Amino acid sequence: MMLRLLPLLLLCIAALAGAQPAGDPTPLQFHDAAEETRFHQLTAELRCVQCQNQSLADSNAQIAHDLRREVLNLMREGRSDAQVKQFLVERYGDFVLYRPQMSASTWLLWFGPGVLLLASALWLFLHVRRRARAVPLKALDEEASQESREW
Amino acid sequence: MSDSPQSPQSTPNRLPPVAIILGVLFFIGLMGLMLYGVSRSDRPDRDTLPSALQDKPAPEFSLPLLHDPHVFVSSQDLRGMPYLLNVWGSWCPSCRDEHPVLTRFAETKRLRVIGYNWKDEPADALRWLEQLGNPYMAVITDQEGRTALDWGIAAAPETFLVDGSGIVRWKYSGAITQQVLDTQLIPALEKVEAAAGQAQTSSPSDPRP
Repeated sequence: MMLRLLPLLLLCIAALAGAQPAGDPTPLQFHDAAEETRFHQLTAELRCVQCQNQSLADSNAQIAHDLRREVLNLMREGRSDAQVKQFLVERYGDFVLYRPQMSASTWLLWFGPGVLLLASALWLFLHVRRRARAVPLKALDEEASQESREW
Repeated sequence: MSDSPQSPQSTPNRLPPVAIILGVLFFIGLMGLMLYGVSRSDRPDRDTLPSALQDKPAPEFSLPLLHDPHVFVSSQDLRGMPYLLNVWGSWCPSCRDEHPVLTRFAETKRLRVIGYNWKDEPADALRWLEQLGNPYMAVITDQEGRTALDWGIAAAPETFLVDGSGIVRWKYSGAITQQVLDTQLIPALEKVEAAAGQAQTSSPSDPRP
């Protein structure tokens, strides 16, 4: 029963997702190994706009094929990695970058964890110092000697 | 060992009330954030990205007509009046879903509805229009999909509202439903029309012809 329903289920999922054109594009041809390395490094840092948890290098969506081809073309036009990224950001937004640019809207993302860590460390430091002052040294000594006596 | 009965004057291990209140508030905040995330997770457009083109000029293009591949339509040809650009393909199931809604809207003749046939075989596209009816004033084709990158198209269907001066005023990813039409497109269109009306009434005082 379950097996018979499975294709139907898969069809429903396919219909819910945004549709992608079919087709089997020819694989990209690289001139040399250096170009290939640079291409793979660049596309691994870019995000697929359709399958949002995959990089452009990994995705098999048709739009990812088109974008990879475009990235290679832009590289061959002599554009730098930053210019290629800028090209995609202008069209698809900051979302395509796995490493977001520093801007007013992303500073929290960049510095939030560090600020939180520093604040916690400061709080911990002050707290420990206050505790150390509240419990006099002599009392601690007595306690320690008492404890050693117990042993 | 520090809260052993030998030190009765202080209980240093107990947290101050402020810390407890802060902790509880933090926990409630975290729960609230989680519930907010869960409540938003059932939106049909939860995966869509904000368009990078919003309130920016629509990209320049020149693409052939589906019904007459020798005739090219450019972005300049569409200037002057607002238009709706609907990205579709005969391979796209959701385009079939939105087709009746789009047809009903196009029949009101409120603005020009342009079809953008994306990465499709012209024969398939023509058959699709023949079967379901053609709501478009004109259909441009982008078989290669190069211009689609300039528009930031990720999947079909996608719909753009472009005003008379060529600025993208609204974009929707996914099939347009009657609800999307009533709550998003019509208000956006009203704003575009109001802005155009204002420009028209103020233009007689403009010394330039």
